[in-house]
Amino acid sequence: MTRPTPETLAHSARRARTAAEASGDADQTRAASPAVPVARPAPAQVSGAGSLVRSLEALGVDVVFGIPGGAILPAYDPLYDSTVRHILVRHEQGAGHAATGYAQATGRVGVCIATSGPGATNLVTPIADAYMDSVPLVAITGQVARPSIGTDAFQEADIQGITLPITKHNFLVQEASEIPRVLAEAFHLASTGRPGPVLVDIPKDILQAPTTFAWPPTLDLPGYRPTLHPHGKQIREAARLIGAARRPVLYVGGGVLKAGATEGLRRLAELTGIPVITTLMALGAFPDSHRQHLGMPGMHGTVAAVYGLQKADLIVALGARFDDRVTGKLDSFAPDATIVHADIDPAEIGKNRHADVPIVGDARHVIDELVAAVTAERAAGRTTDIADWWTQLDDLRERYPLGYEEPSDGTLSPQYVIKRLGEIAGPDTIYVAGVGQHQMWASQFISYEKPQTWLNSGGLGTMGYAVPAAMGAKVGRPDTVVWAIDGDGCFQMTNQELATCALEGIPVKIAVINNGNLGMVRQWQTLFYNERYSNTELGTHKHRIPDFVKLAEALGCVGLRCETAEEVDRTIEMAMSINDAPVVIDFVVGKDAMVWPMVPAGTSNDEIMFARGVRPAFDEDDI
Amino acid sequence: MTIHTLSVLVENKPGVLARVSGLFSRRGFNIDSLAVGETENPDVSRITIVVNAESSPLEQVTKQLNKLVNVLKIVELDPGTSVARELLLVKVRADRNARGQVLETVNLFRARVVDVAADTLTVEATGTPDKLDALLRDLEPFGIKEMVQSGLVAIGRGSRAITAGPALRAA
Repeated sequence: MTRPTPETLAHSARRARTAAEASGDADQTRAASPAVPVARPAPAQVSGAGSLVRSLEALGVDVVFGIPGGAILPAYDPLYDSTVRHILVRHEQGAGHAATGYAQATGRVGVCIATSGPGATNLVTPIADAYMDSVPLVAITGQVARPSIGTDAFQEADIQGITLPITKHNFLVQEASEIPRVLAEAFHLASTGRPGPVLVDIPKDILQAPTTFAWPPTLDLPGYRPTLHPHGKQIREAARLIGAARRPVLYVGGGVLKAGATEGLRRLAELTGIPVITTLMALGAFPDSHRQHLGMPGMHGTVAAVYGLQKADLIVALGARFDDRVTGKLDSFAPDATIVHADIDPAEIGKNRHADVPIVGDARHVIDELVAAVTAERAAGRTTDIADWWTQLDDLRERYPLGYEEPSDGTLSPQYVIKRLGEIAGPDTIYVAGVGQHQMWASQFISYEKPQTWLNSGGLGTMGYAVPAAMGAKVGRPDTVVWAIDGDGCFQMTNQELATCALEGIPVKIAVINNGNLGMVRQWQTLFYNERYSNTELGTHKHRIPDFVKLAEALGCVGLRCETAEEVDRTIEMAMSINDAPVVIDFVVGKDAMVWPMVPAGTSNDEIMFARGVRPAFDEDDI
Repeated sequence: MTIHTLSVLVENKPGVLARVSGLFSRRGFNIDSLAVGETENPDVSRITIVVNAESSPLEQVTKQLNKLVNVLKIVELDPGTSVARELLLVKVRADRNARGQVLETVNLFRARVVDVAADTLTVEATGTPDKLDALLRDLEPFGIKEMVQSGLVAIGRGSRAITAGPALRAA
């Protein structure tokens, strides 16, 4: 089996460190406005491809993920000599998710490259994923030569048209001279305001055309003016409401992580004593161990968090978007709550729930100004006692904690595996989940204490996200342990990138929570389709096809298997001790475990089920 | 449902119309009429969109439109304080016997004949959608062989102007 040499590992670590130093800490990176930069190389005569690669270098890009092909091939020639590290993936979807994982773990822009046609369309899923989760991603695609566009040429696809609804913006480059400006604009758009994916499609003849590379270019984006600073009047009104509320909650979304506003959030929470609820996208924005943290809201949220939102008289939403998985049936969501909604994207405010106090701005500025305004309110003696509210919430926390039952059939409990993994790997590890039951358990049973330690596909729910995203996260932060927690269904969608990890010296660790089924779908069949298990059994138990240990070894990884509770710690520790190769653990777990609590889709949050057939008794008289 | 007229100033670049119209269809809105053309600044195009929609979903579409990088400004034109016009070209059956009556109708509406054939007249008319509807209603009995209508264009009354603003002039 091919192992990366120590030189390769040292090389990649060095690159990443240099890049991290160059860009400052992750918090500052995103706030630093135009991504256009630093280096001022002298104008040079190059090809369009040369101009592209020089632009990437000037933008401070240290790594790109991609696969060459006909239309993008000219770009791969100058890339061969570049300081930009190119990681050759096995499928373009892997390149896209890897760039996303890199971006989410570092706060920097992730870059992926593909050729025209199928190369570009294979990027569609990760681009849509990054769009839903507001990830700064730049996708560069080759396009057929300009004279062939529109002729159904070999490997032609209108990727600009295809990605119109799933990108923040996209470009079809028209002239070689535009390349530096378009790249700089793409990075600026991807990383500022509400971050998101930007696609740059470049025809092959433009990559081949002679041009002058000059840097820095002047951005020409007259229609792009994100509002960063909130309106003072709205902030004061929000502070006044906070001072008067009897049942307030802070509803914290991924925007707080993206804005690097976690320190401010902690100050605001501790200043006001208000309960904090962090969405799936915001885990790590506020320490799970903090006394004021009620946990995650929504379909599989804690009873206390769901109840906290539902019965609140004031919801202060910070960088969150009232997603349907959070609100449940919208018209019965938080009926008594006044809504303060702060978001950098004006279109999110009032989209799903009317905002009584709309605040447009970057979460960091919003929170800092709220802290100041609330401090002034308190200094003026305007504050309420929310002890009764805490009494109710504490009572719910005590009566309905997150938990699980050991399987009665003696099989290994998936929740136990994930809980132990979190305890052994600790809060400095980056955890990357796929989509399904294992994702929800990973969100529930691992304690997240720090920002950028939890990556997952929240909005799009992309099965297959975990392995490539973990790869990208590990490339971005090579000194941090990266654990992917994946399901056996998800793992079979994208595990080919483990070959990339093995060859490129990217020692990720993968815990396959193998229940032999598409577990979340099976759970719905159990609950809503009379236990008719149509097409959810994958055969990874019954037939052991594939054998994940053998598969891991075939892909150049260390493969381990764990089937009993006694082996769990030892197997995890063994995986933790291997740092020169990717490790896959096949955790063979029972298939009947379910994710609880649950608000069934389309029902009211009032209908939350603590376990099958068990509804929490809310003491309505208290309200 | 109410009729809304939106004036959308956009950068004059390829593909911008697709971005704008795509947003409407994605959010489930039917565009009643659409007209695009250059403005006093050749780098700026003006798209006039007429939609029939409730106010609150329309506000969401407007916000989404504002997020498009190529969109510079959006103004909703109020019918009371703006002038709105459409252009109509219609080919009416008008043989020797009917021609006089058709011409009378054309004159009543201050429309113009722009082409004559042995058995048809082609009429050009501009006006508000209501006026053009009335003209068509009156021409219909003669027999309408073919017609084509432009989208609505509209401009605010008074001396105030909608422009793309200083951001674009600087560019």
